[in-house]
Amino acid sequence: MNTLIAISGLGVFCLIAEIFNLRKLLVPVTILGLLVILGLTISEFNTPELFNNPMYNNMIVVSKFSVAFSSLFIILTIFLVALSGDFYKEHLTKISDFIAIKIFLLAGAVAMISFGNLSMFFLGIEVLSISLYILAGSKRLDLKSNEAGMKYFLMGSFASGIILFGICLIYGAMTSFDVEYIKSLSRSAELPIWYTIGVILLLIGMLFKIAAVPFHFWAPDVYEGSPSMTTATMSTLAKVVAMATLFKLLDVLNADIDYKFQIVLAIVSVLSMTVGNIMALRQNNVKRMLAFSGISHAGFMLMALLSMATAASTLLYYTAAYALAGIASFAVIIYVTRDKENEDIVNFNGLGKTNPLMAAILTASLLSMAGIPIFSGFFAKFILFTQTITTGYLVVVIAAVINSIISVGYYFKLILAMYTKEAAEDKKAVPFVYHAVAVVAILLNIVIGIYPSLVMNLLN
Amino acid sequence: MDVTTILLLLLVGALVTYFSGDKLASKVALVFSLGTMAVTLYLLNSSAQLSDLSFYANWIDAPKVALAFKADGLSLAMVLLTTALTPLIIFSSFGNSFNNSKNFYALVLFMAFAMTGTFLAADGLLYYIFWELALIPIYFIALIWGNGDAEDRKKAVVKFFIYTLAGSLFMLIGFAYLYTKADSFLLEDLYKLNLSATEQCYIFFAFFLAYAIKIPIIPFHTWQAKVYQKAPTVGTMLLSGIMLKMGLYSVIRWQLPIAPLAAKTYMPVLIGLSIAGVIYGSIVALRQKDLKKLLAYSSLAHVGLIAAGCYTLTIDGLRGAVLQMIAHGFVIVGLFFAAEIIYRRYETRTIAEMGGIRAQTPRFTSMFMILVLASVALPGTFNFVGEFTVLYSLIQINIWFVILGGTTIILGGYYMLKMFQNTMLGETNTKVFADVTTNEAITLVVIIGFLLFFGLYPKPIVDLVTPSLHQILETINR
Repeated sequence: MNTLIAISGLGVFCLIAEIFNLRKLLVPVTILGLLVILGLTISEFNTPELFNNPMYNNMIVVSKFSVAFSSLFIILTIFLVALSGDFYKEHLTKISDFIAIKIFLLAGAVAMISFGNLSMFFLGIEVLSISLYILAGSKRLDLKSNEAGMKYFLMGSFASGIILFGICLIYGAMTSFDVEYIKSLSRSAELPIWYTIGVILLLIGMLFKIAAVPFHFWAPDVYEGSPSMTTATMSTLAKVVAMATLFKLLDVLNADIDYKFQIVLAIVSVLSMTVGNIMALRQNNVKRMLAFSGISHAGFMLMALLSMATAASTLLYYTAAYALAGIASFAVIIYVTRDKENEDIVNFNGLGKTNPLMAAILTASLLSMAGIPIFSGFFAKFILFTQTITTGYLVVVIAAVINSIISVGYYFKLILAMYTKEAAEDKKAVPFVYHAVAVVAILLNIVIGIYPSLVMNLLN
Repeated sequence: MDVTTILLLLLVGALVTYFSGDKLASKVALVFSLGTMAVTLYLLNSSAQLSDLSFYANWIDAPKVALAFKADGLSLAMVLLTTALTPLIIFSSFGNSFNNSKNFYALVLFMAFAMTGTFLAADGLLYYIFWELALIPIYFIALIWGNGDAEDRKKAVVKFFIYTLAGSLFMLIGFAYLYTKADSFLLEDLYKLNLSATEQCYIFFAFFLAYAIKIPIIPFHTWQAKVYQKAPTVGTMLLSGIMLKMGLYSVIRWQLPIAPLAAKTYMPVLIGLSIAGVIYGSIVALRQKDLKKLLAYSSLAHVGLIAAGCYTLTIDGLRGAVLQMIAHGFVIVGLFFAAEIIYRRYETRTIAEMGGIRAQTPRFTSMFMILVLASVALPGTFNFVGEFTVLYSLIQINIWFVILGGTTIILGGYYMLKMFQNTMLGETNTKVFADVTTNEAITLVVIIGFLLFFGLYPKPIVDLVTPSLHQILETINR
């Protein structure tokens, strides 16, 4: 609860900072604030029950799970805010809005992961989504950005409606929004049919948010049209939040007991991987490519949900590995394409010569996403595979492996462009912040790759 | 001192090389690779005095992965192959200049590090990580410093990468499955597993895909010739001299003992495929116009025979395979270096544009001749010892395998000597062929000396590998 209050406070501060004309100081101060909040959150890790305050009607439940994921979200937000300083420097008058929206987005994310009541969950998802709608359309004079914002808003609010409908049906079946109550009641054998319908509707809404096939159609257009900074937020923070929340929901609603449900999940997972990968092969725009790659990663993460008992730590590891690689690659992508009209692969030609460090970082993060050791992406996939085989879904694992091979095809397209093509322009200076964010993110990725126990043991 | 010293030295060497700058890089790399060779020899000596060289430390708790390195005779022989060839390969490149040579030599040392790790690892996942890590440096070496048209090269290298990665990912599933059974990746624990015949079949073929692509065994060889041709000579030497042996070594160390039943059931098929590779490689080599491609196909034929030796599951087959791995490693590096020497002077790899070199440089011609003869396994060279032992083991299985496999010697003699004739003999070439430099001569002499010495006195290596091969055979026949 403290985390949520502190984050909201920080968001309000960002808005007020504009009045006192602190714009230049805003980014460092916000990062400092987020670091303090990160420390505060981590301090709750070992004794979560101390921080559970029954005063709020169990609206927020702090647990190891929620603290671990909240910390991941805060770390990701720190990276994103750090990048924002340079990214929005031409819109300095509006910077406090942009930063404040990102902080509120984080508040929504934390509410989503630590809800103790379905209404709180819905509040969280709306705060997060509305922030994203605004950010997607934030390049006001750009037609594509407008289109992306509109599309995302229409589709997203539709999905929110479905989620809300699902929650209502569940309420009808359970006569409560309280998560603990629903969890204990859902174990009883006789549940009205609309409970199941409610769960399915809720699931559909969440699958939309994580862009899993067949609810993925919005992702490529929105990713491509949005400003790169927003795409980075969507593909790292928002995806990870939605995934973790989906896990928590399934855990609470005990939906996984049903075998049929598992089959559906397996099919959606395999479909997402396959469709995402095959479509990604054909893309020339890097952001679009990463959108499809994100869809396929959503498939992999859904695979983790097939074995709910051990899914929490696997999911934490996978999302951390994926998001850190995503941040590192977006730091490079934003740097390369910031004064270009589009994000086509040709813009990356010859980066290996003009800027070896950035090229190496992008290569490393793509290798991590492709699952090559010693990057954490490899362990993420490996742990996922072992776990899924133990649960007995060997076929899904084989499909996942074939998909991993396909994915190498498009990740390497970018690597090849960087190292084998001639550069069209000379070397240009890199602002310090891009280097810093990219290097720190990829180092974190490698560190948890070398010591997976650091993350894996958190939730055991 | 244990085997991790070698690994650390190579890794540190790679880093130091990277930071030493373009001018010094090659020399620093050479110093470090010579250092590792010295350490390897020292360790070999101390292993003879029965001191324990293996290393164990916990790494990851769940799933349980350990930093386990095992150094028996087989591993040490393969490590020696790696650490002895690396300085030779680095030294052989002194006549070339590379852009960004600090990256280049750092990658070479890093690759040596990964390959040494593969030969030493005694934990399945650790082994897999080293196996994959070796792929990244060679990918960049072939891609960035390779020769020929960039588009063609890109295609060949990407194909190679995707092929090998695809194969090894199936091996990863195999390991994941084994882990669910044994709750451990340690080699001893995996050896102890009691798998049913069907399970063994699945595991065997998951591993087989990875190894058959790496070795390569027909029909998984299609990546090979193009990559050998397009990679820079150093890359080709690393690939053919050491990296192929990773696959063969893994067959002996991992595939056969973990799934012996499957290996026994499918023995005729496996030997048949390997022998098919021998014949196919030899026949295709006959028709090659490009010197490097010819050597690539000859290499395909030779490793086919080595693989056949591994799959006989007899002590002679295994021993012959290991001896031939080492012998082939040296001879193929020597041959590719000879091709590079010609290329440095004539700037061509097409055999038809060579010829008539003998009169200009008898020294080089004689050394090349010895390498060619060693490659066709003339008695007195190390290759004869290996090849003969393998053929002898095949006789114990089926006489027809020997008759077909023996064609490697006949056809090999034919295409290699024809190649020698066309490149070296004939009327004196109008183009000037400068005599070999001291550096080049040293490399060739060292290789030839090694091949002749162990050809006449193979006992040290035989004694080194035989006990560990007996142990592995015991596990296979448990």
